[in-house]
Amino acid sequence: MGKVSKKLKSPPFHIAKRGETTWYYGIIVRAVAILSALIISGIFITVVTGKNPLIVYTTMFDGVFGHIDRVWDMLHKTAILLGISLAVTPAFKMRFWNIGAEGQVLIGGLATVMVMLFLGDKMPLPLLILVMTCASVIAGIIWAFVPAFFKAMWNTNETLFTLMMNYVAIQLVAWFLKFFVKSGSGVLTPMHEYGLPVLFGNEQLLNIIIVVVVTVALYIYLKYSKQGYEISVVGESENTAKYIGINVKKVIIRTLIISGAICGLMGLLLVGGSTHTINTEVVGGRGFTAIMVSWLAKFHPIYMILTAFLIVFLEMGASQLNMVIGISSSISDIMTGIILFFIIGCEFFLRYKIVRTKRSKEEVK
Amino acid sequence: MIAFLVSAIRLGMTLLFGSTGETITEKSGHLNLGIPGVMCVGAACGCYAEAVYFSAVGIKGTNGILAVIIPVIATLIGGALMGLLFSFLTVTLRANQNVTGLTLTTFGIGVSEYIIEKADTVGSFARGRKFFTASLLDLLPFSDELGGFGKLFLDFGIMVYLSIAIALICAFVLSKTRIGLNLRAVGENPATADAAGINVSLYRYLATCIGCAIAGLGGLTFIMDYLEGTWEYMIDDLGWLALALVIFTVWKPNLAVIGSVAFGALYVANSYLGLDIANQELFKMLPYVVTIIVLIFTSIRSRKKNQPPENLGLNYFREER
Repeated sequence: MGKVSKKLKSPPFHIAKRGETTWYYGIIVRAVAILSALIISGIFITVVTGKNPLIVYTTMFDGVFGHIDRVWDMLHKTAILLGISLAVTPAFKMRFWNIGAEGQVLIGGLATVMVMLFLGDKMPLPLLILVMTCASVIAGIIWAFVPAFFKAMWNTNETLFTLMMNYVAIQLVAWFLKFFVKSGSGVLTPMHEYGLPVLFGNEQLLNIIIVVVVTVALYIYLKYSKQGYEISVVGESENTAKYIGINVKKVIIRTLIISGAICGLMGLLLVGGSTHTINTEVVGGRGFTAIMVSWLAKFHPIYMILTAFLIVFLEMGASQLNMVIGISSSISDIMTGIILFFIIGCEFFLRYKIVRTKRSKEEVK
Repeated sequence: MIAFLVSAIRLGMTLLFGSTGETITEKSGHLNLGIPGVMCVGAACGCYAEAVYFSAVGIKGTNGILAVIIPVIATLIGGALMGLLFSFLTVTLRANQNVTGLTLTTFGIGVSEYIIEKADTVGSFARGRKFFTASLLDLLPFSDELGGFGKLFLDFGIMVYLSIAIALICAFVLSKTRIGLNLRAVGENPATADAAGINVSLYRYLATCIGCAIAGLGGLTFIMDYLEGTWEYMIDDLGWLALALVIFTVWKPNLAVIGSVAFGALYVANSYLGLDIANQELFKMLPYVVTIIVLIFTSIRSRKKNQPPENLGLNYFREER
């Protein structure tokens, strides 16, 4: 016995699951993570540019809050990113890795633009807006339904499927721009006359209000409705769901229809309410960023406001840095990466703890 | 026609590196969506090393072999470091793989831009292209007699042959050796593998790092061979295409040799077919549509051999099984 246990000496530490944690523990861990990320990226910026990191951070702050226009811009960007994050959340909650939000939003935008271009002069504006809304939502639903259907029926890998659907959407938009823009330049002139209504002279207000409504609605749907409960059960364990009589296929398809519909709606807001035109970059990677926003907030719609703001803050701050101090935009990508890595990494300390292994008596001998 | 195929093969080999690397990673159960970022960083590291090498030895002192080997090694190191970052977060800290991978892509694109800006201040790496594209055909004495055959099979730079060699070696290791068997076990069912005494963490770390190192070479090939020494910010697009190729070839690097040429052909075909601009864009959609169809068919036929690894994208925690 003695010989064997000597060989099987266990390491001095091991990792164990952490049970329920107090709410302040979560805040402390995350705060420490963000703080250390800021320190590390501060050191990084100082080393590569020779600038004082404090100036860097105040410039970033100024870039977001320095002017009332910027604040509105920040609110609008946060709203759009939040909206897309909300869209992917129900799917993620049931562990359906929908990374196709980029394509679902884009195709919603494409549907909006097509309605604006072909029907714009044929009907009154209120009716047109109704048609735009329907078209964009339906387009988003189709883009999400196809992978969901195959996942439900034949368990086709949804991560890869939705990823591919993004590029199909991007190429469709590229084709549309080359095919229907008469000048051949591939740039569609903005059609401001057919956009969503402007409230109180503020272009961004309507979009922000709609996203706030969606946020609250989704929070209630996920937390208090029967369907929201079913989503959680399917996400926790598909077998449990089957056992208690939940039709898993139905839940998958229904949830993805909701997911796609919100994505399509975001396409409408983005195109009909903001850019009034389309190009392949109009979503600009937000479909992917939304995944991080949603995941970092633990799929909680209200916390997502914070995480979406964090990402937008970094992005806008970085572009201000680029303009004012002339730090190249690549640095901002690196900074975002570092901060996200820290936040991703700190989750470990929320879920697990490192425990000193207690040596058993035989081992000590 | 031959020009078209040659172009398809040269682009295809970029994808082949990427997909071989990703296949190894995925076989261990890691879905690394950071591959586009890894390819960018790999390429940038290689270019930087090349620029440093040229500025160190001057114009006359360049040695053709070193001018290829130094960037290749730098690329391997750069790619492996990215892999290390990914595995540290996903294996040691058990972070979600999708989120980590996507962040790695953002991070990687930023890092590569930064490195390239630095490389430009050191010197030009573009001169390295002639060493990368130096054709095998010129070395053979009887090259003129080979005609079209020679042009199609022997008129490539070193990276093209390297990619095929690596893909075939990986296919062999995966399907015929003990290491490959263990690796597949880790990806299919880590709990069983762990019970059988396989070090799951070690396999995942190594597979990811080696996979990323190989994928990095894809980026280097694209810059040095296909684009002949000009830097362009489109490596990440190819990275996603490489991910598609992994599915298209049902996780088999040896099939990927042919698959990559097919993808390369689809990607470059629009400039050879005389299509108008709009239809070119539709044509570029084909690789993705084909991939979706393959994905659907393999899942419907549901043959054990052609499925994604059972535990793809899931982390393993011993106390959780």
